[in-house]
Amino acid sequence: MPQNNFWQSFFRNRMGVIGFVMLAIAVAVAIFAPLIAPYDPNTTVRVTIDNIYSPPSAQNWLGTDDAGKDVLTNLIYGARVSLIVGFFASFISLVIGGTIGLVAGFYGGRVENVLMRLTDILLVIPDLPLLIVLIALLGRGMPILIFVIGILGWTGTARVVRSQTLSVRERKFVQRARAIGAGNLYIIRRHIFPLVFPLMLVNAVLVISAAILNESTLAFLGLGDPTRLSWGQMLNFAFSRGAMSAGAWWSLVPPGLAIIWVVLGLTLLGNGLERVFNPRLEMHHLAIGDEMVARPPQVVGPVAVAAVGKTVGE
Amino acid sequence: MSQATILTVQNLRKYFPIGNGHLFRPSDKQVHAVDDVSFYLEKGEVLAVVGESGCGKSTLALTLLGLEKPTAGQIFFDGKEVTNLNRADLKIMRRHIQMIFQDPYESLNPLMTVGEIVAEPLVVHGLATRKNERTARVQKALEEAGLNPVDSYINRRPHELSGGQRQRVVIASALVLEPSLLLADEPVSMLDVSIRAEILNLLIDLRAKRGISILFITHDLSTVASFADRVAVMYLGRIVEIGAVADVLQDPQHPYTKALLSVVPVANPRLRHERIILQGETPNPIDVPTGCRFHPRCPIAIEACQRIDPPFVEIRNGQRAACIRIGEPTT
Repeated sequence: MPQNNFWQSFFRNRMGVIGFVMLAIAVAVAIFAPLIAPYDPNTTVRVTIDNIYSPPSAQNWLGTDDAGKDVLTNLIYGARVSLIVGFFASFISLVIGGTIGLVAGFYGGRVENVLMRLTDILLVIPDLPLLIVLIALLGRGMPILIFVIGILGWTGTARVVRSQTLSVRERKFVQRARAIGAGNLYIIRRHIFPLVFPLMLVNAVLVISAAILNESTLAFLGLGDPTRLSWGQMLNFAFSRGAMSAGAWWSLVPPGLAIIWVVLGLTLLGNGLERVFNPRLEMHHLAIGDEMVARPPQVVGPVAVAAVGKTVGE
Repeated sequence: MSQATILTVQNLRKYFPIGNGHLFRPSDKQVHAVDDVSFYLEKGEVLAVVGESGCGKSTLALTLLGLEKPTAGQIFFDGKEVTNLNRADLKIMRRHIQMIFQDPYESLNPLMTVGEIVAEPLVVHGLATRKNERTARVQKALEEAGLNPVDSYINRRPHELSGGQRQRVVIASALVLEPSLLLADEPVSMLDVSIRAEILNLLIDLRAKRGISILFITHDLSTVASFADRVAVMYLGRIVEIGAVADVLQDPQHPYTKALLSVVPVANPRLRHERIILQGETPNPIDVPTGCRFHPRCPIAIEACQRIDPPFVEIRNGQRAACIRIGEPTT
């Protein structure tokens, strides 16, 4: 696909651009956290009766949490954990899923059967219990979290990559390369992977959002990295340390909204990219496409859930 | 097999099993794509293989290249048997046999530049590893394929080229290894009529300059006359008639060849001739008719044709046809 054509059709898709902007804001916040955050998250706070769950004020825009810490600061630094886990875990997923999809699609036959049945098995096992068991076995900590989320999130990628590989494999230039005398590895590297890669990229966006949701879920359940505060962990603390009974909505709502913000942004971006790379989708939804996005309540729920595919904890 | 023979094919068969059958009992039905085909190709010769679509022409080419494993039979290339080579030997053989595919729109990777595509055979075979040597060979091949000036094409991508130019790129990438045998699988059938002649002339020039042997697969008899030395007519996986182009086209022996020739348009409208329109369709190659495989559609079939699988009959210097009614006064 020619370069300018890509950007043209991407920008024509308003929702995709909105998703891109939402994600860009989140990434910027994570990168520039020390510049934006009003306080240092690691300073010790003298906890008094006044600053436990104190409501939003001029000093603490989003109030304070149970330890008297600034919620806004926590929120800004929490973006780092969520995004780092999301990006690295999805990278692992993409490498595994991409390799399995390419190998299964290209070699076919028995290899494909074995790999795809393995994928199916992993696909039908509910993620959350498996995640909890693995975390319980391997211990807590960010690298383990990334690893566990990564090795469980590749099934969708494997399926998508396999189906695209199946179609590219049958194209004539692959046969021509074979006739020249090229080996399998060369053909995969030079002819198949470059044509499958755009699709992997689209898929990556959705994998990232699933990984972020997984991280938040685990953290909320108290299985996150205890040394780093993520959004899920903020929810966990707020939930388990009496924010509800104290009526401290400011320590519950912001992290929840932040998760929705990033996941929704990624989902919109993913759908936007998918339309660019898969023109058939666009034609299919031409008539109702704009109507659907005009009614936010119908979009936010189902789109986020449907596109992520396997949301955790359902 | 003389010294001048570059390719000899003996009793080549390629059957494809169809359906999955059961888990423990594979399907016993087979497509008889190539069924007992024998011929030879001399150095510097052009042999045209003619037949309807689905008669096994393309499968024949793929089998010769080792892209499909033959079910039975033998293939000799340059005096050596190449029927069931291991991967390494196959790669060496493919340096000398190159193939031109039918569809120039599909046979080029859309993401690669013309230069990369033409250099690809060199990369794959690890030849001309120095950069300027590689560039020189790519440029020479492009020039020979008639893409001048070379520099204006070398960095373009396939979607910027016309069909004829694409086919020239395909030919250039086949030439870059300087092969001794070219398998051309309907190289012009996807092109505009105006461009066909150019590509055919290009192939004729190559053969004159390089002495390259060409196996030219086509369904179009009219291109055969101007181009090939000998012609083999295929029907349902088998060669039914083979011989020098002049002999076969002027005095066809097999009723199928006659039927094919009778429907080739003639430029002179006053020159009326009888057209033989074959009845029915090509039988499906899974259940090949008994006896002569052409008998259900043959205008001169007799009862014996259902029983006897006709052997080749030698007509004159190398022209042979497989029909039991050859030589009868009525035909």
